[in-house]
Amino acid sequence: MSEEMVSGAGGLSRRDFIKVTTGIVGGLIGAAIGLPAIAYLLDPAFKAGGKEGWIAIGKLADMQIGVPYPFSFTRVQVNGWERTSTTHGGYAIRNSDDPQDMIILNSRCTHLGCTVNWKDEAQAYVCPCHDAKFSKEGVVLGGPPPRPLDRYGEFRVDDDGVLEIFYKEA
Amino acid sequence: MWKKIYDWLDERLGLNEMYKGLLDRPEPRGNWWNTLGSASLFLFILQGVTGIFLTVYYTPSPDHAYDSISYIMNGVALGWLIRGIHHWGATLMVIVVFIHLLRVFVTASFKYPRELTWFIGVGLLLLTLGMGFTGYLLPWDQKAYWATTVGTQIAGTVPFIGDVVLKALRGGTDLSALTLQRFFAAHIWMLPAALAGLIGAHLYLIIRHGESSWPTKED
Repeated sequence: MSEEMVSGAGGLSRRDFIKVTTGIVGGLIGAAIGLPAIAYLLDPAFKAGGKEGWIAIGKLADMQIGVPYPFSFTRVQVNGWERTSTTHGGYAIRNSDDPQDMIILNSRCTHLGCTVNWKDEAQAYVCPCHDAKFSKEGVVLGGPPPRPLDRYGEFRVDDDGVLEIFYKEA
Repeated sequence: MWKKIYDWLDERLGLNEMYKGLLDRPEPRGNWWNTLGSASLFLFILQGVTGIFLTVYYTPSPDHAYDSISYIMNGVALGWLIRGIHHWGATLMVIVVFIHLLRVFVTASFKYPRELTWFIGVGLLLLTLGMGFTGYLLPWDQKAYWATTVGTQIAGTVPFIGDVVLKALRGGTDLSALTLQRFFAAHIWMLPAALAGLIGAHLYLIIRHGESSWPTKED
């Protein structure tokens, strides 16, 4: 039985039929693996990054006007199966009754990154590492820091009277 | 225009000759049992491709192996599919390679001049089983851990050299990070390289000798 004898209606020889079928089946298998592979490889590029967000730091009612209110929070960064948590802290200082009239400082010393503490007797934030001093508003009073304490510039008060700051990775 | 490009390439690469020599070879009458070698080759390539994709997320360390696979299964888009294909493809490959060997045995295709093809094929079967054995440990779960504990212990019962074999397989006396790392190295580098090389030789011999005819009553 030679191949010329088994030509189909469309003039397609048996060999060509096999070739075309092999090509189609091969293409389907390739697509079945290849398309999921693209999604699989590029998956991290389309995941939402959790680097920023609103963080509640305390009730506005608990913050006395003119007294630095200490707060701290922990950010957990999830990369694949790894979780990294970092702790951040700061002070909120209300200047008046107006909820918008306040300064929120980051307690990370601008010198080498130690955590500064508010000392009532000194009326200053004192860094335990190199004895740097910052005023209530974060201005450098003494020691090696090159610039004032950083501020959390974006904040809001929600309907329940909770102060929230917008955290962004520096 | 495609014809022109094809002709230009063909003149330099010899595509037509390659096609005739590799794919348009004359074959004796056969049946589906004759396709098992090609099926094995297909599965090898499939395992290679999905395996390469898995290494994008998998980490061969006791701290991360299990978690990284959980992440592939639950955290990555279609990760379950890629790993599922690799998992079931592995089982299927062992089965297909073994039935391929049975077919060659039953039709006596291992005889002159195809003895070397047969020897290499036996090597390919052993390497395939080695891939199964080394790959089984990589998820680093209870099943993998104890299967490898038992498997390496069996290797350790060989007289005289058993102890050395066991420690060579485990990278020490115990199953440890060293075991996982060397099984991983064997699974993704050494065994696949050996497989690819022997598959090349196997295919060369098949093309050189052609496929054997099915035995007749006189055989």
